[in-house]
Parts: sequence; structure tokens; C-alpha cells
Amino acid sequence: MKFKKILPQLITLLVIILIFGFFTMNAQVNMDNRGIEFGFGFLSQEASFDIQFSLIDYDGSHSYARAYLVGLLNTLLVAFIGIILATILGVIIGIARLSPNYLINQTASIYIEFFRNIPLLLQIFFWYFAALRALPMPENASLLLGSSYMTIKGLYTPAPVWTNFDIFLGAIIIALILIFFFARFAKKKQEQEGIQYPVFFISLGIFIIIPLITFLIGGVDLSFSFPKLRQLAQSSYTFDGGMGIPPELTALTLALTLYTATFIAENVRAGIQGIGKGQKEAAASIGLTTGQVLKLVVMPQALRIIIPPTTNQYLNLTKNSSLAAAIAYPDLVLVFAGTAMMQTGKAIEIVAITMATYLSISLLISLFMNWYNKSIAIKEK
Amino acid sequence: MNKIDLFKPTNQNLILFLIIGISLFSLGIIDFILSSQFQVNLTGFLPKFLSFFTPLLFGTLGLHFIRIENSGIKILDRLNKNINTNNFNAALSISIIILLIFCVPPLLNWFILDANFSGDTKEACTGSGACWVYIKVWFNRFMYGMYPNPEQWRINLTFIIVLLLLVAGLFFPIKLKKYLTFYYIILLPIISFLLIFYLISGGSFGLEWVETGAWGGLSLTFIVSYFCLIFCFPIGMLFALGRRSELPVLKWTSIIFIEFWRGVPLITVLFMSAVMFPMFLPDGTYVDKLIRVIIAITLFEAAYTAEVIRGGLQALPRGQYDAAKSLGMGYWKMHIFVILPQALKLVIPGIANTFLALVKDTPLIFVVGLLELAGMLGLAKTNPQWLGFSMEGYVFAGIIFWIICYSMSKYSQKLELKFKTDR
Repeated sequence: MKFKKILPQLITLLVIILIFGFFTMNAQVNMDNRGIEFGFGFLSQEASFDIQFSLIDYDGSHSYARAYLVGLLNTLLVAFIGIILATILGVIIGIARLSPNYLINQTASIYIEFFRNIPLLLQIFFWYFAALRALPMPENASLLLGSSYMTIKGLYTPAPVWTNFDIFLGAIIIALILIFFFARFAKKKQEQEGIQYPVFFISLGIFIIIPLITFLIGGVDLSFSFPKLRQLAQSSYTFDGGMGIPPELTALTLALTLYTATFIAENVRAGIQGIGKGQKEAAASIGLTTGQVLKLVVMPQALRIIIPPTTNQYLNLTKNSSLAAAIAYPDLVLVFAGTAMMQTGKAIEIVAITMATYLSISLLISLFMNWYNKSIAIKEK
Repeated sequence: MNKIDLFKPTNQNLILFLIIGISLFSLGIIDFILSSQFQVNLTGFLPKFLSFFTPLLFGTLGLHFIRIENSGIKILDRLNKNINTNNFNAALSISIIILLIFCVPPLLNWFILDANFSGDTKEACTGSGACWVYIKVWFNRFMYGMYPNPEQWRINLTFIIVLLLLVAGLFFPIKLKKYLTFYYIILLPIISFLLIFYLISGGSFGLEWVETGAWGGLSLTFIVSYFCLIFCFPIGMLFALGRRSELPVLKWTSIIFIEFWRGVPLITVLFMSAVMFPMFLPDGTYVDKLIRVIIAITLFEAAYTAEVIRGGLQALPRGQYDAAKSLGMGYWKMHIFVILPQALKLVIPGIANTFLALVKDTPLIFVVGLLELAGMLGLAKTNPQWLGFSMEGYVFAGIIFWIICYSMSKYSQKLELKFKTDR
């Protein structure tokens, strides 16, 4: 009996060791032949290539490690914007899908069936190569909302210019701490004495008023720098000032949002449908209002169904943002696994670092998921 | 005479309210059509902000007036029930109708009315709509890539034979039914590999050799997804069983394998197969690019398949395992005859979703230089003779992929219903 348990394990171990041994040996021989050395020393060397779009200070004289950081931040930026927009759109579409209004739920389901059945890469290509290329040149662009320009070279919007931004940030943090304590206090009051406060509105008030005060007495000031058309050459124009959002970022965010929102919408629908009618009726019968039924009974249960698959979608969105490489948005894959690898030839190290980065993002999110799942699981007695 | 309360439409003044409601509703729609299609603004005398919203306002008011319960008119009752239950719903319905009026005519113009169908040069495209001539001229390239034109019958023939072999499983005589799994999992992949090797690749039997670099277009999409589909299923099944195993080495190997592939994006896996994998092979051995890509995608999708199958295995009640064991079945007998048939039935939708994701992922192989449909589009749109038709190309590819994926998802829903067993 024992033999039957040990043998398959031994065989598996042996096979794994053989495969890895074979690969490492070959890699060593190959690298020796080509005169490549294994090592991560190249990270501190000068990168000497430029990156079109960067959130932090970067130019060719910085190191490869810095270029990696630029790529990583660009990936996280797309993922962050995409997650927020996809969640908003997904929740709206998911609720619309359940609407009793025939026109609304049909529109929602057409949207879902349409966007989820077209490969994401094609959608990115469509937005980037077809739709955004139809936009006007900078000199012909018309004003949008009084201050922005949509051009073939990107979207130009006013950029906020802060003075004493750190004081403002501090005020927001103080407001959040106050809200936290107030919410705890209100909950305690309700549990002990049954007094209910309008927690939401008071919190909102705190959140708005405290940062506003800093404008009056803290020396915080906000102004905007507007994009201005400037002639570079005979027929070449560009915009100065303001914030320039490259078309790659726009196309990528648009495609990721529209694609992922369809999946989130289906999750939201499944979550809300998963709550039995009896729950709502029972809640109504003990005298809760419609708002309270939704807030105290339906949503807590629906969220338990909605959140795990939705986190999975967030993860997918982050991984899918690597398709950026196809339209030359400088994300981690393009900057690091593309340009940096071409220049250094360190294929093994660079692919390993890139994969490890995505792997750690995924593992972090899964760990968080497991923790969250445990904390909201139904505690049966 | 009854007093008429204008804000509470009732049954008594049905006709009056109907007339007011319908005329207001039509006024809103006509106002919108005129201002959007003919640039005539009926309500130009109003402030700009207000005249922008008049169609919505008129339409909502109109719907408000015809919201009469139990009117006795069947169409009206149905309309009220479906799109007009309260003012908010009415406003939403109107917005969607307006959106449709706004979107459909330009789209129709672009797709059909102003589009060019005849001719075979760029000069034939004169209209403001789509230039379908471009698709017509490039059609062969989009379907078969750089595969030489006179040899394309070989691809068609292979696909027809493989399709027939796939369907043949459904018509197996009952005597041979027990070999069905064997046929699908082992025999069919071997036969189709040989077919593709000898027929599409060529080089023997007097057929001209066509290197894999020349394969492309939609047929390559099919070849890649087909092989990945058949290979990823058995591999995924093994890892799903491995992850549920009691033997620690097997369990942890499976967990690491699954979590590794699930944690990285496919594009980096393809990069790995393209630049890193050759470093791991003995010097001088060369594995074809297409095969490397198929291995990479297979391993990647196998991890997802494994997780789906594990879900099915977990969903089975313990009693099934206990009952099988009490009959004296061993591990493999129990899984093959009792557990897997039930578990796989449970996970059909999940598996179908994974396969769908696989088909949608195939365009990615362009990063290693294989030009399937999306890649061919990229090539065609940079052709100096055919500049400026990327829109038509992507719309065409989108429609094709949409048809494939949509029919797959509908088929999986049908399968799900067919195999549904009550417990």
C-alpha cells in the first residue's frame, strides 16, 4: 500500500528534475556558445532609449531598472483607469440587463453579446488604427467642453496646477480618519441606544468641508493650464501646456473597459438574480423600506456572489493590458520585454522578470481574494 | 362634464389622452429627426440648452399621457407594461429610441447604401461609405495568408476531412460507442496532425512544400485553436486530478503549474516560446515556430481548463466517491466510470467559456510573427496600394470572429440544457 503511494510521487519528481536539468544544461551550453553571461547586472546600466509616455522622470540616461519602473507604472495606470471605468459601466449594464423595460434590457444584452464575442486585440486595433485615426489634425481640432481638444495626436485637456498640494492631501487624509471614527461612533450608538445618524451625508460633508477649508486658510490654490496650439513648422502643429493623453492610452483604456465591462455586467446580473425573492419579501414584511431592503439585505448577499468573479475580471484586465505592446503603448511588456530585451539580449532574465512581475500581481490579488472570501463567508453554526 | 386632470390620465378620457400623448411623442421624435438629419431646429427660439433636451421632454410627456391602465387596447397595454411603467422608464426608453435614430442611419449608409461593392481596384471606391472591394480583393489573403493560391484547395480539403471526422463520432454504431473517448482524445489528434502535416505542409506525395511561415489568415486561426483545443483538455484533466490528489508531490506540482500559467499574460508566454524556449533546447535543434506557439497556448489554456474541471470535481457530493469505493473500484476505475462523466457534465459551460477564450486569444500569435487574420489585416493596411482602409478590415474581422464566438457560446448553452441532469 505504501509503495503505491510513493511510486507515482517518485516518478513525478524524477521527471520534473530531468526536464529542468535538461533545460538548464542546454541553456548553459547555448549561452557559453554565444558568449552571453547570466546575471542581473544589466539593470543598473544606462538604458539609452527613450519612452514616449512616462509618469515619472525618465530619459535615455537612466538605468534599465528605471525603465522597468516606467513600464510597470504605465501598466498599473492603464489597469487602474480600466478597472474603475469597467466597474462603473459594468454595474450600470448589469442592472440595465435586469430592467423590466424591454428596450433597456435588450440594449444591454446586445451590448454584452456584441463586445464579449470579439477578440480584445481586434477591438484595440479597431480603436487605435481605425477609429482614433479618423480624428482631425491638431490645427483643425474643435473645442470640446470649452477647454479640451480631440486630435489624431491625442486628447489634450487642461492640467491642474496645485500650490501646496501636500496640505490638501493631508486634509483629505484627516477627513478620512474623522469619517472612520464617526462611522464607528455611529454604529456603536445604533447598537447600544438605537439612535440612527445620517452617516452618509455627514461623512460626505466632512469629506467636502475639511479640504475646502485648506483653500481658505491653508494657502492651497488650484489653477488650470490650458492647452494652446503652437506651430512647429509649415504644416505641423502641436499643443503646449495642459495634459496630453496619448491615443495609445485612450484606445487601450476604451477597449479594455468596453470588453471587461461585459463580464462584470454578467457577474452583477448573476449576483442580483442569485438572491431569492423570499429574502426581499421577508425584509419588506418586517417593515424595512425599499432602500433599506437593498442596502441591508440584498446588497450584502449579492456582493458575496459578485465580488469573487469580479476580482478575477480585474486580474484579467491587468493581464490583458499587456496587449498594449501591439499598439506601442509603453507598458511593461513593450518597454522591458521588447525594447530592453532587443538591446541587451538577456532573453531569459528579462522574460523571467516580466513574468515574475505579473505573477506577483496575480498572487497578491488572489491572496487578498482568499482573505476577503473568508471574511464574508456565511458563518454557519 | 367631468373635470379633466391633465396629470392623471384615466380610462374615461382615453381618446383625448391618446391623441395628446401620441402627438407629443411624435413631436419629440420629429423634432429630433429634423435636427439630426436635416439640420432644421424646430425649437431654435428656445435657449440652446433647453432646445437640446426638447425631444426627450416631449417624448417623456407623451408617454406619460398614454400611460393608462387597463385601457382595453391590447397594443397599448403591452407597450405600457414593457417600456412605459413610470416616468423614469419612459425617459430611458425615449433616450434609447433617440440613440437608435441617431446611430442606425449613418451606420446603414456606411455599411450598405454608400458602400462600394463592384470593381477590383482602389479607384472603384468613390462613395463615402465602406469600400468592400478591399475585402474582396484581399479575401484570399485574409483566409489563407501567404499560402500560394493554386495550392489552397489543400487547406480546404483538410478542413473538410477533419470536420467530417469530428462529426463521424456522432454516428458511431453502438458496438463501438465505448471507444468514442479513445477516438476523440487519441486517434483524432493523430489523424489530424498527419493530415495537416502531409496535406497542408506538403513535401511528399508530389505536393509542393509550403513552410509554416506562409500559413496564415483565418485558416491559421482554425489550425491553432483546433490543436490547442484537443490537447489542452486531457492535460487540463490530469492537472485537475493532480490538484485534488492526496499525494503531496503531485498536488504541489499541479498547484504550481496551474497558478504559474494562470498568473502570467498570454503575450509573455508567447514571448517566452519565441525567444526563451530556443535557448533551452540542445544546440542545433530547431522546433518550428507554429509548434512552439501551439505548445505555449496549450499549456496556458490547460491551466484554465484544469481549474474549471476541478470546480466540477468539487461540486460532486462525497457520496459518489464513497459509493464507488465501496464497490471496490480503484482510483482510475472510480474516476473514469463514476466521477469524471458526472463532473464533466457539470462543467460544460465553463469548458466552453475556456475554449471561447482560447479562440479569442489566437490573434495574439502575431507577436511571434505568425500572421493570422488580425496579423494579415495589419499587413494589408500597410500595403501602399491600399492605404486607408483599416476600418473596413477590422470591421470585417470583427464580424467573422463575432459569428464564430457567438455561435460557439449559443451551442454551449444548448449543450448545457441537453446534458442537464436533475439531482
